[in-house]
Amino acid sequence: MEKAKLVLEDGSEFTGIPFGTRKAVSGEVVFNTGMTGYPESLTDPSYKGQILAMTYPLIGNYGIFQEQREDNLLVNFESDSIQVNALVLSDLSRNFSHCQSVISLEEWMKQHGIPGLYNVDTRSLTKKLRENGTMPGKIVFEDLDTEIEDPNKTDLVSSVSIRKPVLFRKNGSKKIVIIDCGVKNSIIRAFLKRDISVLLCPHDHDFLNEQIDGVVISNGPGDPEMCKRTIENVKKAMEKCLPILGICLGSQILGLASGAETYKLKYGHRSHNQPCAESGTKRCYITSQNHGYAVDSNTLKEDWREWFYNMNDGSNEGIIHISKPFFGTQFHPEASPGPDDTEFVFDMFTRALK
Amino acid sequence: MKQKYRKVLIIGSGAIKIGQAGEFDYSGSQAIKALKEEGISTILINPNIATIQTSEHLADKVYFLPVNSYFIEKIIEKERPDGILLGFGGQTALNTGIELARKGVLEEYGTEILGSPLEAILNTEDRELFKHKIKELDLRIPSSMTAHSETEVISSANSIGYPVMVRAAYALGGLGSGIAYNEAELRELSRKSFAFSEQVLIEEYLDGWKELEYEVVRDVYDNCIVVCSMENIDPMGIHTGESIVVAPVQTLTSAENFMLRAISIKVIRYLGIIGECNIQFALNPENGDYRIIEVNARLSRSSALASKATGYPLAFIATKLSLGYSLSSLKNSITKETSAFFEPALDYIIVKFPRWDLQKFNMINQEIGSEMKSVGEVMAIGRKFEEALQKAIRMLDIGANGLTDNDFTFENPRQEIRQASDKRIFAIAEGLKKGISIDEMNNLSKINKWFLYKLKNIIDIEEEIRKYSLENLPHELLLDAKRLGFADLTVAKLVGSDEISVRVARKSKNIVPVVKNIDTLAAEYPAQTNYLYTTYNGDENDISFSEKNQVMILGGGPYRIGSSVEFDWCCVTSAMRLRKNDYKVIMLNCNPETVSTDYDICNKLYFEEITFEKVLDIYELESPTGIIVSMGGQTPNSLALPLYNHGVHILGTSPEDIDRAEDRHKFSNLLDELKIDQPEWKELTSIEEAEMFAQTVGFPVLVRPSYVLSGAAMSIILSRDELKFYLEKASSVSKKHPAVISKFITEAKEIEIDAVAKKGKLVCYAISEHIENAGVHSGDATLVLPPQRTYLETMRRIKTITKNIASELHINGPFNIQFIAKENDVKVIECNLRTSRSFPFVSKIFRLNFIELATDVIMQHEVPVIDRSAFDLDYVGVKSSEFSFTRLKGSDPILGVEMRSTGEVACIGDDFNEAFMKSLISTGFKLPVETILLSTGPIDKKAEFLEYSFILHKRGMRFYATSGTADFMRKYGIETEILNWPLDMKEPNILTYLSDGKIDLVINIPKNIEREELDNDYLIRRKSVDLGIPLITNMQLAKRFVEAISRLDIQDLKIKSWDEYK
Repeated sequence: MEKAKLVLEDGSEFTGIPFGTRKAVSGEVVFNTGMTGYPESLTDPSYKGQILAMTYPLIGNYGIFQEQREDNLLVNFESDSIQVNALVLSDLSRNFSHCQSVISLEEWMKQHGIPGLYNVDTRSLTKKLRENGTMPGKIVFEDLDTEIEDPNKTDLVSSVSIRKPVLFRKNGSKKIVIIDCGVKNSIIRAFLKRDISVLLCPHDHDFLNEQIDGVVISNGPGDPEMCKRTIENVKKAMEKCLPILGICLGSQILGLASGAETYKLKYGHRSHNQPCAESGTKRCYITSQNHGYAVDSNTLKEDWREWFYNMNDGSNEGIIHISKPFFGTQFHPEASPGPDDTEFVFDMFTRALK
Repeated sequence: MKQKYRKVLIIGSGAIKIGQAGEFDYSGSQAIKALKEEGISTILINPNIATIQTSEHLADKVYFLPVNSYFIEKIIEKERPDGILLGFGGQTALNTGIELARKGVLEEYGTEILGSPLEAILNTEDRELFKHKIKELDLRIPSSMTAHSETEVISSANSIGYPVMVRAAYALGGLGSGIAYNEAELRELSRKSFAFSEQVLIEEYLDGWKELEYEVVRDVYDNCIVVCSMENIDPMGIHTGESIVVAPVQTLTSAENFMLRAISIKVIRYLGIIGECNIQFALNPENGDYRIIEVNARLSRSSALASKATGYPLAFIATKLSLGYSLSSLKNSITKETSAFFEPALDYIIVKFPRWDLQKFNMINQEIGSEMKSVGEVMAIGRKFEEALQKAIRMLDIGANGLTDNDFTFENPRQEIRQASDKRIFAIAEGLKKGISIDEMNNLSKINKWFLYKLKNIIDIEEEIRKYSLENLPHELLLDAKRLGFADLTVAKLVGSDEISVRVARKSKNIVPVVKNIDTLAAEYPAQTNYLYTTYNGDENDISFSEKNQVMILGGGPYRIGSSVEFDWCCVTSAMRLRKNDYKVIMLNCNPETVSTDYDICNKLYFEEITFEKVLDIYELESPTGIIVSMGGQTPNSLALPLYNHGVHILGTSPEDIDRAEDRHKFSNLLDELKIDQPEWKELTSIEEAEMFAQTVGFPVLVRPSYVLSGAAMSIILSRDELKFYLEKASSVSKKHPAVISKFITEAKEIEIDAVAKKGKLVCYAISEHIENAGVHSGDATLVLPPQRTYLETMRRIKTITKNIASELHINGPFNIQFIAKENDVKVIECNLRTSRSFPFVSKIFRLNFIELATDVIMQHEVPVIDRSAFDLDYVGVKSSEFSFTRLKGSDPILGVEMRSTGEVACIGDDFNEAFMKSLISTGFKLPVETILLSTGPIDKKAEFLEYSFILHKRGMRFYATSGTADFMRKYGIETEILNWPLDMKEPNILTYLSDGKIDLVINIPKNIEREELDNDYLIRRKSVDLGIPLITNMQLAKRFVEAISRLDIQDLKIKSWDEYK
């Protein structure tokens, strides 16, 4: 059986069996500890430019669902295509079983031109990344090689953002703009479900002249400091006192717009079990996360407070303005995949819409 | 946190029985530790003397008393605890707690229920309330109706539609439940259910739906987490205790999984559970529709499994939460890195496999279904499903080395697959081999195809390996086989080689397992855990192997008939002693119900197979000082010689000497040399030879295989015909070891000695006598310590023989010898150079820890010479067996040379009668007894019992009997009401009287003649058991019982804690 290798920037190698598309690729190697939800994760634009390793060993069990659209959004997927550059697994299920599934994970990856590697000791890979931090790497074959590139140095957001504004649902009770930095379908759905019209805008779009009740800054890949235009636009929205919700990268952008600083985490949070405490209360939530950068709580300006913090490493998990309707969560209240404990954030934001 | 509670009573679960096993030793022990840490005084009631929770170092006070409301009320009255824990002793504790609350006892003494409030418990336990609550949440439960009569049952079923599920309310582990496809079946089931409960539930039957469980934790601040998800491989219709289970869920999409998680939290919040609970779901594989099946507002078998599967200390945390802590304020005591508020991420899969012992019972149905029959379980960890499954199969210790490598054969696999039996997975393997398609297999079994594909992978690779010899077996193929969990031995059989050669070959190719850590967070953060498993699906070890001064203990594996919590007590006690003496302990075990697999017992825990291959793998990696094989029962003991022959240092008695005791020929010669008497015996090579032997010594004879675990396939043979029949059966039971035949001595006493010797010299010993005569397996017999009816001369001879054997075998550690004695004639019948079932009993009654002494001896430490004699005890201990006959539909509830009990209890009294009475009540006997159904067998037995009938008669006992016994009794002036035999089909009939609750006790001494009467007696015995009426089938036991009830009333049973007996 053919072998292929995952080679990290520091020279370490992990041998496995290739599957999916036979192609050498490079990307930032990250790991996710979620135990289900590979179709959602693989289509999450926040993974753009990354080689994703799953710590849960058995992947592909329930195959891939038939593509189906609602409100012109793919149901059961987070975007229209696979976003990761490659997938690294321990055990791949070539056979799958689910009444709604039509193809295997492997077949789906082939259709999208994505390579994969399995039979890899993903635990040992995870430990390496945990100790040395996430780093760029590549998947190479005996006869196929590529250069290692760090995707964080490129403008990842513009590669996943839509090109032109799109309106979802014309006659909602309210209307918001979602700044698409790589939005997950579930975030759009969270508002449609609440009967709110969504104007999805490109990341650098000047939305301030639109007739809207509020602004959502979406999740997305890479370094928030790369999103200069978006930060400027958010600053303006703040001046207009529009209700603003930032999610994940969006929360970091909100933080930067408010004058706080962000930094890169050693190996990020990518899982469905991140415990977050609500500051000043005894309430805690299990959250779904996927990010490599975070707001530095110590740099929050006068009128801002840490809203949530991570119970494992103390990093910031949310920021909130003390008097104005501006808030952001580092975690994903829309979950998908993951626990929906914090869906109330959408209700909070909906109530804040004028 | 400032503690509100000063003293807390913990209710234990009593004897191990089907549906309620070792998991409650784990949860109770954790609860006690959690309370002690807070400085709260702990009182435990549990008559299960073999448990770790009843050890000296745990609860402040232990009561070896029956777990029922009478005794608990007395204890509360005496101890005045301000808190009580009901959720740590299974359904028994919960039910008793509810009863105490309803009677107002808790209120009267100001004893608060800790954790989930009574209302929350009732909302989960009472089906109607539960239904109501779930409906208020607008969530789905199976359409169901409650019935209080058979008529109501039938009309409910008609409105729901067949097939329907029938269940008895408030019953542990699905007792009295089943599936009815038509009215006739329904009528029969409903009668059975009403025997257990006044309330019967008729439910929509969710055939083929996936069955899932979630373990939920909630604190008083309403924070909620779901610690573990589990998926039953066997779908709805098969009790979750009977199912092969994986964790985490495998075939659910993220949306399905998180939907069920969200529902779990919603339900648990609404019900107001505080601490831990378990919620079960059914999920329709066709459309994702779900039903909530039930919520258990207590620690359970599943929560023990979830705890071991994830590394999350559920019982410990649940206790803390019940004291008012928040999840976020508690540390995860396993990782010490994270808070208790988190949901574990697994980077492995676990497979739980139930262990059945159905072949030990007569007349039993081998099918499995909605009632629990399994007696234990194993849990295997791997990074592929195939790997974990094959490990689990080996862990069961049922003679199977893997999915395909076993001796099970199936005449009609399709039938075996459709109607699940305890061997179904093997039938599926055979079916797949024979070409049954995955689709058809899915249709037959309703098992999700994903699992079936994985099974097929195992079949396929086996076929591939078969094409090669060891010499030309490709490296990749061997590696793949190991990754799919194949044993060296299995590979050896496939390539025509032997286990050692395969081992050498694979090691030369560097195909070796790596050790991985279970850290609850999939390596996301560094965590210092000691919880380990091995896998071939990895390249790197998580730990380094530089530790010095390590001692490895082999655990006992799954609980089963003949090997249960008592061996876990030995392992744990030994581990603690070793640690006290500064050794580092490596524990190897695979049973999730045990305390030995708790994170705080040893320095390193390998959750692994107890097999030659795996022990050697770990030994080679860890290089411990040596291995202790004598604590975990027969499974590890059998590995002593093979390991020793392979260069492993076995600590304690030399494996060569162990073999001299285990090998019948060697042991017999040794006894002859020492001039120690033994029953005449012969190894069996042919039927003719056996017949000749039997004729020479005379019937009855005892036949059994040579390596014995709890008398598997042993039998007393009365005649030539029986002998022939048996030998045909025996050959299929064990091919590897020949059977032996020996003279069976009737009317003899059985006595055993538990002892520790150092370099052949006796250090300490305890002699216990059996109440029952020889012929009842020692594991089923009632033990008395100190002996009450044994001659001093017999005891002296036993001690002398024991000294001689210890010296001859250079015993260096624990051992047990069984004797039979008639007059003062003493013969040795068995000798085990390891701990025995009764070590915890004798240690706790004697208040002398035999295991600590044995461990010190094994490690060559100095030990004091102890000459504590039976005369030093001012009290008596009696150990009684718990039978789970009620659960084992159809089985004949009699005692014999085959062990059948699933657990035991022991109580202490100022004299024999008191201790005996307490221990019988602990196994379910009820007082007062005012009516007895007597059937005492042939005329000599009737005469033998007459004296006791007089005693009862004098006490105003009302007798029922059939005409034979009744005539006999009347002749001696004892008023006896005549009832008809069951098969007479005439009223007044015994069965009717039993059903109507007119009989308090059944004494039925089986006789071995007359077919018809046997059937009648069987029906009486079975009916008694089905109805929960106390049944005595042994003459000696019946006599002792009569004496006891004639001298004692329940008020005479003293409420004294263990430490009050000095």
